[in-house]
Amino acid sequence: MSQREKTWWIVGGILIVLYALFPIAWIVSLSFKASADIANQSFLPTSVTWENYATILTGSASGLFLPALRNSFGICLIATFISCVLSMFAAYAIARLDFPGKRLILSTALGVAIFPVISIVTPLFNLWRQVGLYDTWPGLIIPYLSLTLPISIWTMSAFFREIPWEMEQAAQVDGATTWQAFRKVIVPLAAPGVFTTAIIAFFIAWNDFAYGISLTSTEASRPVPAALGLFSGASQFEDPTGAIAAAAVVVTIPVVVLVLLFQRRIVAGLTNGAVKG
Amino acid sequence: MSTTTLPPTEKTQPVAAPRGTISDRSRAERKLGWLLAGPAFVVMLLVTAYPILQALWYSLFNYRLTDPENRSFRGLGNYAVILSDGLWWQALLVTLFITVVTVVVELVLGFALALVMAKALSSIRPVVRAAILIPYAVITVVSAFAWAFAFRIETGFVNSWFAWLPGITADTDWFGGQWTSLLVICLAEIWKTTPFISLLILAGLAQVPDVLQEAAKVDGATWWQRMWRVTIPNMKAAIMVALLFRTLDAFRIFDSIYIMTAGANGTESVSFLAYRQTIARVEIGLGSAVSVLLFLSVVLIAFIFIKGFRIDLAQARGEG
Repeated sequence: MSQREKTWWIVGGILIVLYALFPIAWIVSLSFKASADIANQSFLPTSVTWENYATILTGSASGLFLPALRNSFGICLIATFISCVLSMFAAYAIARLDFPGKRLILSTALGVAIFPVISIVTPLFNLWRQVGLYDTWPGLIIPYLSLTLPISIWTMSAFFREIPWEMEQAAQVDGATTWQAFRKVIVPLAAPGVFTTAIIAFFIAWNDFAYGISLTSTEASRPVPAALGLFSGASQFEDPTGAIAAAAVVVTIPVVVLVLLFQRRIVAGLTNGAVKG
Repeated sequence: MSTTTLPPTEKTQPVAAPRGTISDRSRAERKLGWLLAGPAFVVMLLVTAYPILQALWYSLFNYRLTDPENRSFRGLGNYAVILSDGLWWQALLVTLFITVVTVVVELVLGFALALVMAKALSSIRPVVRAAILIPYAVITVVSAFAWAFAFRIETGFVNSWFAWLPGITADTDWFGGQWTSLLVICLAEIWKTTPFISLLILAGLAQVPDVLQEAAKVDGATWWQRMWRVTIPNMKAAIMVALLFRTLDAFRIFDSIYIMTAGANGTESVSFLAYRQTIARVEIGLGSAVSVLLFLSVVLIAFIFIKGFRIDLAQARGEG
């Protein structure tokens, strides 16, 4: 590659970084604007203020935001955990065992993945009201499984297919049972795949808005994206823009940290599940 | 136009237990297979098949949550009401417009990003890769707010930055009209989801055998010729999978519209219409019918893709 060509590819790389980070930089900048400064028509604040963060963490909007943050973490972590456990067993069976119905399970996962969330919300809204799951943690955890399970099964099966299964047979030759071989030999080998799948499933659960806005009504279970949606409608403070921006930055921090720490794994997980298989 | 692909090679099957030797063992394996995969399978069915059947049932009734006493059977009446109403067709058109525009732009842009990432020097690759993952990982609602605030008159900077363009002044109200609102919605969607497409395309690029590229180069093919006749034909499966997933995803658009316009000025999508009927107006019967129609549209699109473009998803994913 010539020096000239190299320079062009580097410029391209810088453009990608700018493309990816520009809207994030904007929302961060907005979150540091004082309320009088919001309408200053420019990208940067005239002076940096922490007042928006004070509003959402200790001030008038904290009653809406802090419970939502707790709900989001709790509900997403539980949904991620359940779907990882379920898909761990399913993916093991798909990657390793010879049984009819493998294709059926993978096709079902695909079907569920393309399922329109809103089509599920309508009947659940009514059903949850009747059975008392409306506005509760389980009332969100259960539908979140429809988002996290399919991708977990696909991604994990893709990872599990790359595991050297001869080691399991070797363990069995040495007298281990199928279960022992699974637990002692395969689990340590499979852990990175499971971990990556968990991150991707968490992203998807964390991103949900449609279930959150439809199946909750109070701080008891409302997740952050739904709370952000309500900021604009709430009249507890005059101009919600700065508070929304600050809250948006706070909920973006966890995903950015995960991306920075595990970018290589996440890319492998996203593309393994979808392209390579 | 001739294309260059490698002949299909035999896939290596995962090591299976020797067939026909010990039938007890294979029966046990079959049982264990369903025992392990069964729970996930059942949960998936419960959280989707059950609600959609329920929606199908509700859609046959005149059923308003605030007025449950007057629930009455009306057959396909709800569907007749929806399909003869301009609202549904308007929402369908808007949804199709957003789907086509975003998917086409994302495919082209995603391809360009993938090419840059493929060529990026190993020293800056981690930086570029981490950056590109950020739009993917950011919550859609946050992305929608960021774009909406940037364009809104009261909060934004776009008007002052682009005032030199004809037609843009300090008072340009992007969310005041249908076309400009849709433009901003599409921009937000494109920003958020192009990285996913570009990562899939990047993975596809990596699968194109280098020998073919070299051979074409030796034969004197130009960069464009190599792209169109060697690279793209060899990664068709990856492109098609990316296209299918993004199309279905785009068709279900809800979050961005809710945040940016709440369906005002003719920007209502099919998902938003279903939401508004059910949750906001508590018309369970009508909303369920819209939900069923939305579901059927998604199934139809998937069917067209899989049959029309002959995508064998299982094969594309190495299942074949």
